[in-house]
Amino acid sequence: MAVLTHKSLAGQSHELSATDKQLKLLQQTDLPSFQTKLKETGLFPLTTVDLDVFQINMGKMCNQVCKHCHVDAGPDRREIMTRETMELCLEALDKTNCSTVDLTGGAPEMNPDFRWFVEQLSTRGVKVLVRCNLTIIVANKKYNDLPEFYKKYNVEVVSSLPYFTSSKTDAQRGDGVFDQSIKALKMLNHVGYGIEGSGYKLDLVYNPSGAFLPPDQASLQADFKKKLKDRFDIDFNELYAITNLPVSRYLEYLVASENYHGYMEKLVNAYNPAAAANVMCRSTISIGWDGYIFDCDFNQMLDLKVASNGSKHLSEFDLDALQNRDIIVNQHCYGCTAGAGSSCGGTTA
Amino acid sequence: MKTYYDPEDLKKFGDIKDFQPELGGKFFDYYGSVFKEGALTAREKSLIALAVSHAVQCPYCIEAYTEDTMEKGCDEEQMMEAVHVAAAIKSGAALVHGVQMMNKYKDLSM
Repeated sequence: MAVLTHKSLAGQSHELSATDKQLKLLQQTDLPSFQTKLKETGLFPLTTVDLDVFQINMGKMCNQVCKHCHVDAGPDRREIMTRETMELCLEALDKTNCSTVDLTGGAPEMNPDFRWFVEQLSTRGVKVLVRCNLTIIVANKKYNDLPEFYKKYNVEVVSSLPYFTSSKTDAQRGDGVFDQSIKALKMLNHVGYGIEGSGYKLDLVYNPSGAFLPPDQASLQADFKKKLKDRFDIDFNELYAITNLPVSRYLEYLVASENYHGYMEKLVNAYNPAAAANVMCRSTISIGWDGYIFDCDFNQMLDLKVASNGSKHLSEFDLDALQNRDIIVNQHCYGCTAGAGSSCGGTTA
Repeated sequence: MKTYYDPEDLKKFGDIKDFQPELGGKFFDYYGSVFKEGALTAREKSLIALAVSHAVQCPYCIEAYTEDTMEKGCDEEQMMEAVHVAAAIKSGAALVHGVQMMNKYKDLSM
């Protein structure tokens, strides 16, 4: 089990565990507002395209306490989705033409109804992907069969691995996480995940271990493929390079390390209109553990609910209202529009 | 405290064009072309730049290319090896002159 090195911000009663404090900090700036940038590039208000991705955050409970976590997840968090809310998710999903259901957390597998939910989703003809932190697979015997479970329901596995060395991985995700992640990746490979031609997809996610932007996704993928194969005989399909957004624990890290201003300046200077035009919130909705609806997982963690009146919660799900909403933006959005862009599926420009 | 090197000055590098726009412009165009992906990858060029930054002991360049190599996906081991390449050439350059010293020593000795 990954060593718990510290508590969540909520567990510490840290000032930045409050979303209003985070928003206040983000807005106290000399830098141009994100809204202004969108206006200058003809993209304001940011509107939706056809809804395609139904992202569900199944809760903040996690076996890890990663330093950059925008969810502020950890073993000390108890907020998880109930089966009743999952049923509301299924009802809402059935009203859409979404091609993908994206399960995230925390560690979604720690939700006691996770397997039931995946079974229900598997009958609906949608692609189901789970954002698996890898270490959960080896954290406890009861999770050791997750690779077979994923395979049975043809779930795509998307897993974070910040680097192919333990120093960078453990610095971000906790002591011992790299070795356990390698063990879990081998278990996934063993049942066919990430093996070319198997049909079982295993993608990795890189995000910088610090206050800098991600490298070029294609060259990094080539590097990861070579290093993981040569050193550990591990295979995977695609690598997504994701930018860290100044939300929750990553925001706290930036402030504490005195990198906040420089990082924000870097994001603003790297604003790319092509990336802004393709941001994933335009084709996504994000559901919180308690059934509230958001434009994306980051807006969810800042408690910025969708701007569609009468459809802010699954209990009042109205697809038309959601399709016609304007997306709520704030300074953190610069993280998705910097350089080659960033989304849960990697670069966007 | 006033110092000769101010980290904020790096952001003003482009201002050198204010006093001589034509030559400054040519320099920045050239600089941009040099660092593009070519026969060498952008990452290889960044590591070379990091090594040279240490050899010429330019604090602005060291700061800029530490960040740049990180953003090109290099880790601390690769970056320090690049610095050792610079150090090896610098120390080698000093030591190889030891041959000149030995030659002169022999000329002056019985």
